[in-house]
Amino acid sequence: MNAPCDPGAQTPILDLAADFPILSRPLHGRRLAYLDNGATTQKPAAVIEAEARFYRESNANIHRGVHWLSQHATELYDGARATVQRFLNAARADEIVFTRGTTEAINLVAQSWGRPRLAAGDEILLSTMEHHSNIVPWQLVCEQTGAVLKVIPVRDNGELDMAAFAGLLGERTRLLAITHVSNALGTVNPVAEMTRRAHEMGAVVLVDGAQAVAHQAVDVQAIGCDFYAFSGHKLYGPTGVGALYGRAELLRHMPPWQGGGDMIRTVAFDNTTFAPPPQRFEAGTPNIAGAIALAAAIDYVQGVGLARIHVHEQALLDYGTRALAAIPGVRLVGTAERKAGILSFLVDGIHPHDLGTILDAEGVAIRAGHHCAMPLMTRFGIPGTARASLGLYNGLADLDALVAAIHKAQELFGTRGGTASGNGRVA
Amino acid sequence: MSGMQDSLRELYQEVIFDHNRNPRNYRPLPAANHHADGHNPLCGDQLTVYLQVEDGIVRDSSFVGHGCAISTASASLMTEAVKGKPVAEVEALFRDVHALLTEGREAADPARDFGKLEVLSGVKEFPARVKCATLAWHTLHNALVGEHETAHTE
Ligand SMILES: Cc1ncc(COP(=O)(O)O)c(C=O)c1O
Repeated sequence: MNAPCDPGAQTPILDLAADFPILSRPLHGRRLAYLDNGATTQKPAAVIEAEARFYRESNANIHRGVHWLSQHATELYDGARATVQRFLNAARADEIVFTRGTTEAINLVAQSWGRPRLAAGDEILLSTMEHHSNIVPWQLVCEQTGAVLKVIPVRDNGELDMAAFAGLLGERTRLLAITHVSNALGTVNPVAEMTRRAHEMGAVVLVDGAQAVAHQAVDVQAIGCDFYAFSGHKLYGPTGVGALYGRAELLRHMPPWQGGGDMIRTVAFDNTTFAPPPQRFEAGTPNIAGAIALAAAIDYVQGVGLARIHVHEQALLDYGTRALAAIPGVRLVGTAERKAGILSFLVDGIHPHDLGTILDAEGVAIRAGHHCAMPLMTRFGIPGTARASLGLYNGLADLDALVAAIHKAQELFGTRGGTASGNGRVA
Repeated sequence: MSGMQDSLRELYQEVIFDHNRNPRNYRPLPAANHHADGHNPLCGDQLTVYLQVEDGIVRDSSFVGHGCAISTASASLMTEAVKGKPVAEVEALFRDVHALLTEGREAADPARDFGKLEVLSGVKEFPARVKCATLAWHTLHNALVGEHETAHTE
């Protein structure tokens, strides 16, 4: 899709930066080129306004009041749940649990699905390219239950080793926990096929959708997975809110993992009964305004159209891939056939952190480091990468700024042309 | 040119590039009787500092590892600066450099002549990079006080 040298390359089709107030602020006297969308996206005015409007016009606690405002807030919150349901094409609204984000969603599944069910010797299958948030919750549950982790290796181009995956799937595999899109490499994994094969072995499947939902249409029923997690803040929504999709049959049999208000049916000191999903998993007052603003973000994204966003970002990815490959001394890390708009790269003789600092001074915001994927960095034998990650408001000018800033850094380091080799101790 | 570009040039001076490209004392030290590891997990910077201390004097010092230009140059400059100094003086230098990098010149001993190390003070304008410059120094301190725990800056 993003084959370099494809003469019929697509061109970017969106021009939406004006919808995002922060993008008009200069950075260090330069035009801001925000290329850190993998870490978090900027928010359109519609989202900022939705959150503010809730507090100005509708604020009350939910599920608690007979007064009008409380009922109104409850309707808005339930409406946000229905919006997420449609967004993921879940069969039912009660399959959507609001969480703080992807991390909390995965921890919920680990503690509520995994901990009561897993036993010594059971296997959890994940991959080398997982974000720490799809590794550490499983390590904790392994300590609690005696289950063990099995890891699908990654090939040199950043794709999963599917033959190894087939070999690792076995009788003892209870769960496959796999990222939809790698935050560090951009690889789009074949999650539908992997789900089918895991289900054949009787395993449950969790897909980490943190880097997917803002960049392509996601249909959890088409994927067939049992759980799907994402964060609002990577989807042009606010921080502190996200969602877990869980198939109703599974959620119904899962015990609560946190106790408190809103998640019970009745409380007595000798017997407390719990509310059905999703309330069972939403103890305490949730991020009401956040959920409503997340729904506004989904409305915004769907208004633009995920198909168009995908075409736009693929065109940018294609352009950026060629532009970076054309700079002597620059090496892309992650060249999978199917990629989302993530450009991870190394520059000869310049450590990613030095690069990040120098690019920042040029107004170009990227991420430098291990991207919370230390096992993946170890796999590639590198301490980290520089990563430019695209969003729907980016344009060719942002990538041109990136390229110009890399040239600046090479000039400063005296490595222009990729000749000088630096200290040679950074791979 | 904005303040940020000025700050960048204050930090990335020729001394830094020179010590990054050709780090001094970059080797293990078989005669070392003190050593410690340092690690900045956030950056992946990792180094080992070796010291040969005799009669209370740092006779030789070296390091190996990998990191960004700031952390490599800081380690390189450090190994040069401590050679031949009494341990007590090295510890005082550690405290002053730490103060210089985190709080500024005023926080260090007014009589202190930092010499080439002065260049490191440029990191003060880059809060995210201060740890890069201090890593080698924390590791040096651990090596001297015999802490075998890995020094961490993050
Ligand atoms: C692939 C992936 N999974 C999980 C997460 C964790 O998301 P959050 O920090 O919003 O919970 C991220 C965020 O960086 C991610 O990129």
